[in-house]
This record gives sequence, structure tokens and C-alpha cells, in this order.
Amino acid sequence: MPEFEPVLLARIHKADSTSLEGYRADGGYGAYQKALGMAPADVTKMVVDSSLRGRGGAGFPCGLKWTFLPKDHPGPIYLAVNADESEPGTFNNRILMEQDPHQLIEGIAIACHAIKSEKAFLYIRYEYGRCYRVLAQAVQECYAAGLLGQNIQGTGINLDIQLHRGAGAYICGEETGLIESLEGKRAWPRIKPPFPAIEGLFRKPTIVNNVETLCCVTQILGRGVDWFKSMRVPPDPKNPRDPGSYGPKLYCISGHVNKPGCVELPMGVTARELIDVHGGGVWKGRKAKAVVPGGISMGFLSADELDTPLDFAGPGKVGCMGLGTAAIVVVDDQTSMVDVLFNCCRFFAHESCGQCTPCREGTTWMRKILERIRGGHGKLEDLDLLMEVAGSMGIIPGTTICGLSDGAAWPVKNAIAKFRPEFEEYIREGRRSITPAQELMATH
Amino acid sequence: MPTALVNQKPVELEPGERLNCIQAAARVGVEIPAYCWHPSLSVVASCRMCLVEVGDTKPDGTVVMQPKLVPGCQTPVKEGTVIVADSEKVKAARKATLEYLLLNHPLDCPVCDQAGECFLQDYSYRFGRSYSRLQEPKELKPDKDHIGEQITLFTDRCIMCTRCVRFTREISGTAELQVINRGTHEEIDIFPGEPCNNKLAGNVVDLCPVGALCSKDFLYKQRVWWLQSAKSVCPNCSTGCSVNVDQNEDHVHRLKPRDNPQAQGSFMCDEGRFGWKYLQAEERLTYPLQKTDTTDGIRDWTAILNALKQTVEQAVKKNPQKVAAVLSPWMTVEESYLLASWLKKLSSQVTLALGPVRVVGEDDTYPKDIHGQPVQPVKFTIRAEKCPNRRGVGEVLQHFAGKIKPFAEVVSEAAAGKYDLVYLVGGDPAGWIDDAQAQAFGQVKTLIVQDLLPSPVLAHASFILAGGSFAERDGTFVNHAGLAQEIHKSVRAPGNARADNRIFWELTGRTGLFHAGNLRKEIGEAIPALAAIQPGKLGDLGVLLTSTPDNAQIPVVHA
Repeated sequence: MPEFEPVLLARIHKADSTSLEGYRADGGYGAYQKALGMAPADVTKMVVDSSLRGRGGAGFPCGLKWTFLPKDHPGPIYLAVNADESEPGTFNNRILMEQDPHQLIEGIAIACHAIKSEKAFLYIRYEYGRCYRVLAQAVQECYAAGLLGQNIQGTGINLDIQLHRGAGAYICGEETGLIESLEGKRAWPRIKPPFPAIEGLFRKPTIVNNVETLCCVTQILGRGVDWFKSMRVPPDPKNPRDPGSYGPKLYCISGHVNKPGCVELPMGVTARELIDVHGGGVWKGRKAKAVVPGGISMGFLSADELDTPLDFAGPGKVGCMGLGTAAIVVVDDQTSMVDVLFNCCRFFAHESCGQCTPCREGTTWMRKILERIRGGHGKLEDLDLLMEVAGSMGIIPGTTICGLSDGAAWPVKNAIAKFRPEFEEYIREGRRSITPAQELMATH
Repeated sequence: MPTALVNQKPVELEPGERLNCIQAAARVGVEIPAYCWHPSLSVVASCRMCLVEVGDTKPDGTVVMQPKLVPGCQTPVKEGTVIVADSEKVKAARKATLEYLLLNHPLDCPVCDQAGECFLQDYSYRFGRSYSRLQEPKELKPDKDHIGEQITLFTDRCIMCTRCVRFTREISGTAELQVINRGTHEEIDIFPGEPCNNKLAGNVVDLCPVGALCSKDFLYKQRVWWLQSAKSVCPNCSTGCSVNVDQNEDHVHRLKPRDNPQAQGSFMCDEGRFGWKYLQAEERLTYPLQKTDTTDGIRDWTAILNALKQTVEQAVKKNPQKVAAVLSPWMTVEESYLLASWLKKLSSQVTLALGPVRVVGEDDTYPKDIHGQPVQPVKFTIRAEKCPNRRGVGEVLQHFAGKIKPFAEVVSEAAAGKYDLVYLVGGDPAGWIDDAQAQAFGQVKTLIVQDLLPSPVLAHASFILAGGSFAERDGTFVNHAGLAQEIHKSVRAPGNARADNRIFWELTGRTGLFHAGNLRKEIGEAIPALAAIQPGKLGDLGVLLTSTPDNAQIPVVHA
């Protein structure tokens, strides 16, 4: 493989990476100028041709999503930018927003031109205070420079970007939950159909895109489709539903590694390479026992599966849900999977919005069972019960509205399927991770 | 005609009809269990109880099933839709959902008001598993007695269907109820200090599929399996909500709305829901009385009715122009027909008039906006006209008297000494005659008053007939829109009081027992405007009188 030059992260180490001046010095807003010279349909076609898939987790083809908008819609169309990056282990959007906000704003401007939207909402999770401040500054600069506002550079095109800070809920990262939250309501995901592209924010057609996706749009316009498609994992000929994975991807590395961080690499790098080459190896000279391939809702890769290529289709071939956000979390061999799984379940029980029965009750039930196992009161049949509960949750069996429940169930299914001997040993030997006193306190 | 398949049974759909899977299945007797779905509320598809397998029939006749289970409440049925609601997959999903719902449910059925009419009980029995596999402690949530004057919340029994929340947002528009917290810690609650006291608040108790929201009025009064229901109509305004009157041992315990799209929909207001307490009032007239100079009076029905009959007949014979009867809008069609036809048979010159029609304020429509202003489209109306049968009695008067004489005219004529005998029928529990009006009837030589409760006019009456309330009678009420609905006797009148229909039946010299259905046949033949109420046509939901428009301008009394 030839030496890879980061593109999305190319500017993050520069001293004035956040300023409009610096961005323009590096050729910034050239892609937007180019887009303005094109018809919206041509911009959309370019994105469709690039086979860009959404970077937020689901991997839905971005250009295709744009084409779902009603044709010649008379009223407003909105773009909602999903910067509610809450998947544990994921921090690529944060780096993009904090270090290179104009790349994102340019992507937003291009996308709005393509979908004929005059209003973009940027939904930033509450915890990303610095992102908010940096972006607020950048948006202000753009207004001052005439890159946003009314009649941009005499083209007759209008665009307003509104920043919106969430209030701290994982579910706001689900696109319809995000829309509800933007409307000022409780972020309960909506039933689909209608999909947001038909009826979204304020019941108007709405496109929801991830931050990294829009940054890719900027680069596709700037560097062309061929450049983007030169980095690829081609579609699996045996799987007609696999459209392939193209372009650069930001991989987040965290957990038990020597050098956690975010790296930009072409699609299809393996977890082993990420750990050993880019993450500086597992810490304290230990070995990796399990790796989360893309945020904890995607499940676990076992130590044998570390050579799985991390493209959109790769993790699915070894029983994980998918690539997700491409955020790997490394678990070393000294860590109990019971504790790891408990932590996952605790997170999802805390973040379940509580709308659908299976998720509301199931996530907490799984947490309670694992809590009991950690207290030394587990029984072997608890593992079967966990698998059964996990199996009856989520949109894959069809029992919930959104995917949070699948995400909560998948690590359980994966962990118990792949690490069952360890769970059985833990239970059989009567081990415990918490003291009786802690157990008494562990009510929520 | 489009056809869908539910569990292999064909379901015929009307062209253009929009049904979901639950409604389509109900048509062929297949019950798809559901908690959060309600026909009058928006669809949220969150309880996940109604999951079914759904497929489409392709043009070549093959059926393609969707791989996932889908909520039946949210899935429209169209030509060629195939619904499977009894497969192992569906049953397993229901079983799992019920287990989830019962995880934190306290299972306190023995002390729960809802037991016996609880969907959680019913569905668990039919679709659930017989034991819970939860070994950990249940979530404990505080009961909330403060959420409304009439309602209380047993938070731990709640299954988060959010029907109550959607009701206050979509039907009453007052939006007092909300969901607080997240995940399994979710609770229904109010904003502090803003209790759910709107005029439709009682409906959230009916909407609650479990025992979480309870009526304070009914709480711990009865086990529901002791109750017997009679189909009836709420008499408290001219909307004429279809209701069930629930009684045990001659004691009414509650009124619940009965679905009737032509009358009011699925709901009723609290004025009606709790407006039956006068049934058990201590002041109720419990015996008839013929005042005599010498003794305490005669209290025997047979003697009184015989004497009354003779008195009326003699008065009519003497001078029919000096005889008048006032028919209350609280009478049924049958009762007004019996009295009017009898008097008009004695002489066509007898005066017939309509009793006072009480009107309070303006029609109160829902939903309301945050300022309390009504919002279109109107989903529920509490009418200003506070009587059940102004139209029905009006049709009878129109037929027999040719016009509807207002009460005020009778009052002034009585004051002027025009009448020797006046037959006054009351029945409005909120009071229908004031002291001044009562004084006017002091001039009348023979005054007959038939009523439920004491009123000032009793002082001038020679005959006092203790009648029955709406729950104690059979008959027909016609609401504001001309919808004729049947009311059924639920309890016996207190003491020695008698249902009005029986009083009139015996007074008018008819033999045998009063039977509303037989009498409706006679009325339908005699009065063309009421032809629609002939037997067999009323059903449970009533029938619209189409023959005449609303009978003109009725003079009303503004209270």
C-alpha cells in the first residue's frame, strides 16, 4: 500500500486550523465555489457516484439518502447535522469540529446546495462545549465573510446555520430522536415510515447527516470522485446487499492501548494493525482479549478475529453488527468480560429512552442480571436467560422503534457467544467483582 | 372490493377505507392485543404488544412476508395484505413483551381496582407466561395521589403506554400529564402544582389499560366483577354520551363512556361522569303524596293514581282550556308520548308545554390551546344545554300540540289564573323552578308535580309523584343532533318512588306492563318524525332521526 496521506485530518495540527483565514490559505471553500458552479442535481450525482456511505454508524449511502427528498418540494427543506456523537469510544467528530470546523461548514454548505436547503441545524451534544464554541466562532466568521447568510456571493443562494446544543442523551444521536429533540420535545425516536427525508424536522423534508460524512462531502467535491473511490474495499460478490466501502475513514482507538487516539486510514484496515501500528500495542505488554469494532453497540471481536478488515461489511462477517462508528475499544487479557459486559449493559440501561417496552425493561433487566453475577450470585442458566432477553430486543426481531435496543443486545449476544467459557468459569467458581457492600449500593 | 387475509381468513375492506391490522383483524374476530393503541389517539407503536407478521400478495399471487415483526397498530391494511397473528414467532414476541411489562409490575391484583377489567391480567392469562424469571428487586416508584382532584396514580402499576399523556395533549389539549425520567425509571407525572383537573380528566382512568390511574370516586368501593352494567345515555347535557351505568345491589357506583362515534366518540366529561350523585341523595322523593285536609295525606300509589285520573278527567270535562301539562326535557320520548297522547285524547284543547331547558354558558369544546381557547378540529363538546331529551319531547309536542309552548308562557298564564289544573313534570336534578315561578302556580287549584327532588313548587302541589332518574327508567333520549338512543333501567327507584314510565302507564289506564320497545312501535307509527325509533332499529348505538330538522327555536332558561 502506498504511503497514505491524511485528508480529513490534514489540518488538525496546524496552529490556526480553526480560523477562516487559515482554512482559506489551504484552499478552503474552493470545493464550495466549485459546487456553486454546479447544478444541485450534479452535486448530488457526484456524491452518489462516490459511493460515500454515512459515517455515523449505519453506513447508509449518503447520496442515495439525498435523492429520497420529494422532487420540487415547495416548502423548506432542512439539513440536520448529527454532531451528537455519543457512542462510547467514539471521538472522531469531536476532533473534526474542534480542529477543523470550516471543513464541516463547507460540507454543510455543499450539502445544502445539493438538497436545496436554506437552513441547517447543527446538533452538538452538550458535553462538546469546546466544539460548540469553536463552531460558533467559525460560523460567525463565515457570516462576516459572506459565506453564510442571504444571497451568498451574489448567487442568490441563502443559507443559515443554527447551532443547537443537546442536553445529554445518547438517544439524541438517533436521527428521529435528534429531530424530536430539535423540535424541543423529548427525544423519543419516531416510527418510520415516514422517513425524515419525507417528513422530518417540523414535518418538513429533512436530511440528517453525520459530521464526518459532511467532511467527506467537502473532500469529494474538492478532490473528485476518483480520488475518493481509489481507497476501497470492493463489494463482496457473494453478498448482493453489500455496496462496498470507499474513501478514508477516521478510526478511533481507545481502551487498553499505549497510544489511544484518532487516525485517518483507508477503509479496510484490520483491528490488529490499528492496535499494533497506530495504537502502539496493548498496554503493559499484555495481549488483547477482545476488541470492540465500532462503538460498543457493535459487539466484540475475539482475539482470533483481530485480522478482520474494518470496512462496512467486515465486522458483520464475524458476528458483529457492523462497522458502526469505527471506534475500537481494546480490552486486555487481564480484564473480566463479565465486568466489560456489565459496563455495556449499564450504559444502555441508563440511555434507553424508555419508549418501547422491550428496550426499556430489557436493558435494565440485563444490567440487573449481570450485577447479580458480579456479586457472586450468578447461575449458569442466567447466561441462557441473557441470550433470550437479548434475542427478543431490537428492530432486528422487530420489537422496537429504533436501533438502540439492537445496540444494547448485540454486545450481550456477542460476549456470551464468544466468551461463554469465561462467563461459565466466573459463575462456577463463584467469583465476584464487587463487595457485598457495593452490591447493596448498586441499585441504579 | 379490496380483500386482506388475517390468519387465513379473508377480510373485506370498503374502498378507500383506512384500517390498521388490529382493526382489520377485529373484523373477523381475531384479537390482536395492544396497550398503547387507541382508536381516538395518535399512534406511537411503543408498547410492542401488537406485533404481527405482515406480508404482501404480489401480482403473480405469491405472498412475500416481511422478515421482521411489525406493530399492527401502525401498519396499514390494503388489498392483498396478509397478516399472521398466530404464528409461533408472534406468540413468542407477545410472551416476551408481557414478561417485560410484568417485570416491575407489583402484581398487587388483590388490592387493585382494575382487577377483573385489566388488560395486563387478561393478556397475561391468554398470551403470557405463568411466572416471572426476574430474581432481582423490582423498581419502586412513588404513588401520586396529587395528580388530580378526581384521579390518583399508582405509579408502579404503570406500563408506560402513554395513552393518558396523549389524551391530555390531543383531546383535552390541556397537556397536564407528561413522562418524566428515562428508561425503566420513567414515570407519569404532572408539572409541580399543575394537577390534571380539566373537565375531561376522568377519561384518563378509562384509558389506562392497567390499574395505574384510578378514579378517587370509585377507589376501593367495589370489585368490578360484582358490578352489572346497563347501557344508557348520560342525561347531563344534550351531547347524549353513550354510557354504561355500573351498579351493584341497586346502588350505582360509576358511569363509564361507551364507544359511539355518532354520539360523542370514546369519551365523556367529568360533569356527566360524576353527575349522578343525586341518585343517592337523601332528599330524593321516596313516596307519592296526595295532600288532604284531614290527615297526613294519602301515600298509596293505587289510590293516588285513581284519584288523580278522576281529577284530571273531571277537570278536562269541565273546561279543557283550563288544563295544562308541562313536559320536561328530562322525560323520555315514551313518557312524553304517554302523557301527551292521553291528555290530547281527553280533549284536544288541553295545553301542552315544554318544561324549562336549562342552558349554562356556551358549548365547551375541546381540545383547548394553552390559553384555554378552543382549537379546531373539535374532538369533544360539553353542551350548554343541560338536558338529555329536548328534541325528543319537542317532536312529541310538535305532533300533539302543533307547536312548542315555552315554560315561561305557562308560568305567566298560571299566574294570571288561566288554569285550574296543571301537571308539572320536573326531573332536572339541578333545579328547574325558582320561588317566583313556583308562586305563580299557587293560583292553580289542582297542581300535580312529578319530580325526583324537592322544589319550591311542592308547597303548592295537591299531588306529588315521586319519579325515577335516568338510571331507573327504560326509554329513549334524542340528543342535540337528533340521535335517538335507548336508555335501560339499571337500578330500582329508591323507597316507594316509581319510574315515570310506569306512573304514566297506569295513569293513562293502559293494561299490562310498560315495555319501551312495544311502545316505540306505537310511537313510530303515530308520529312520522319519530318513525326511525321503531323496534329493531335503535341498537346499542342509536339511530338518527332524519325526518325533520331540529325543531325550531326553543326558548331556553339561562341559569
